[in-house]
Amino acid sequence: MWQRIWAVFLRHLYLHRRSPARIMEIFFWPVMDLLVWGFITLYLKTVAVPEAVLFFIGAMIFWDVLYRSQQAISLSMTEEFWVRNFINIFISPLSIPEFIAALCLVGLLKSLLTTIFLAFLAVICYSFNLLQVGLALVPFLGNLLLFGWAVGLVTMGVILRYGRAAEALIWGMPFLLQPISAVFYPLETLPQPLQLIAACLPSTYVFEGMRNVLSGQELSLEAMQTAFLLNLGCLAAGGAFFGWMLKSVRERGYLSRQHLH
Amino acid sequence: MSSSGRLSDIRRQTRNVKAQYVQFEQRDAGHSEEELSIHNSMPSAETLIEVKGLGKTFNGLRAVEAISFSVRRGEILGLLGPNGAGKTTTLQMLLGLTTPSRGTIRIFGLDLSRHRRDILRRVNFSSAYIALPTNLSVWENLIVFAKLYGLSNPRKRIDSMLETFELENEKHVLTGTLSSGQLTRLNLCKAFLNEPEILFLDEPTASLDPDFADKVRSRLRQLHRRKGVTLIYTSHNMQEVQSLCQRLIFLAQGRIVARGKTEDIVQQAEAASLEDYFISLSRSDNRTAGRHGRADGSTTDRS
Repeated sequence: MWQRIWAVFLRHLYLHRRSPARIMEIFFWPVMDLLVWGFITLYLKTVAVPEAVLFFIGAMIFWDVLYRSQQAISLSMTEEFWVRNFINIFISPLSIPEFIAALCLVGLLKSLLTTIFLAFLAVICYSFNLLQVGLALVPFLGNLLLFGWAVGLVTMGVILRYGRAAEALIWGMPFLLQPISAVFYPLETLPQPLQLIAACLPSTYVFEGMRNVLSGQELSLEAMQTAFLLNLGCLAAGGAFFGWMLKSVRERGYLSRQHLH
Repeated sequence: MSSSGRLSDIRRQTRNVKAQYVQFEQRDAGHSEEELSIHNSMPSAETLIEVKGLGKTFNGLRAVEAISFSVRRGEILGLLGPNGAGKTTTLQMLLGLTTPSRGTIRIFGLDLSRHRRDILRRVNFSSAYIALPTNLSVWENLIVFAKLYGLSNPRKRIDSMLETFELENEKHVLTGTLSSGQLTRLNLCKAFLNEPEILFLDEPTASLDPDFADKVRSRLRQLHRRKGVTLIYTSHNMQEVQSLCQRLIFLAQGRIVARGKTEDIVQQAEAASLEDYFISLSRSDNRTAGRHGRADGSTTDRS
């Protein structure tokens, strides 16, 4: 099993090793985001907005963890469509859980690289130290990664079923969740009905928790547990959705025609 | 038919088979005796693939209608038919890429729907219409697939395959920079990597010039004789099919309309050649296709 997971992981390592465009995707866009949000933060500080504006930088870095982990697994699968390698993968003894596990590992690596790089830049450029979050960093990052994978599974399922026409979802799907995840503002800012929806998203608990910890409060373990349980539910739902789409695609005979879509 | 007529038919078929084997021998000249005699390519009685009542319906349209056939170990079976005949759908169902609407597929005695992964370990597939990632080198691509198939000594196996398909010098070359002939050979390297017992080949020589196509056929024939691998072959090149396949199944509008040896199909359909039969099949309507197919009295399967 591990050998097959490693094979898919290795395939993406080889791909990234000689692709500046894909390396740029790990570093360039997140850095651009950081710069924009960092300078907005500096500007808000000069117009006497409280120190809390540093939350923006933390939120931006954490958001990127979710975004990159979702994008990594969706893109890795779509890559196989682009190069017409999908059938080769699917007629090998690789199981679907192994395939997904390998893509999750790719997502983990990419998210970690992005986070470490952004955290380093944030210290240098804006004196924002992500490590001040302390041990809470572990449940924060873990929950965001898991949620990114769950969203990625749904994205992969839709792409599998609808082909290239749905590729825009790779980049668009996380932004459907951003406004209701309380990323850059507290949950109370949202209208009541949206607050109810936000409470069902694991990401909301992480961003709320991050603001609490940065403002000196203790990490709510209960909130992190809730986020983790919600993540388990989301992963199960995402996996079931992907499995359902795969079954549908096999019945419709689309699996081998994906490159034609 | 009278007994003397039957005898004459048998004699003619024997002559044809002998001539075909002589032709094979001549084409394989240049390869060592040891290479050619490691495995006996003559089909044994063991059935590797057994298809019963297999059918597929897409949105109410029947792409494949309750077909049944079996394939024995070491056989080279040509799966032929005009565009839209159902051969690609059949191939996809045999590979587990498409779920059949009805019928069963047993490979190595195992039900494909329940033992897909166990079966896939022992088979492989190559097509002119799928590719290996162009942004990986030849070696990188092969090592990834070697690991996917769980090879115990992948480097040795890869080197051996690269040598067999004359790609040793391209080992570290980017796949995207290979010529179409080299790409086809690389696809075959990947397809033979796990020493498959059954190899599905979907128009493997399409887009190749005649010289390369001949080299590929020669390699396939050689590997078939050396390893006894069972080949399921689709192609629109009737000469290629005639020279390579021991038995043919003709599909038209989702049904098997003819099956047997080339010369039998041609003779029974009263066609001038296999190509002639193929053309007439393509141009005929469903009823005509059925009439052609029933030439041997037992070739049309109906649900």
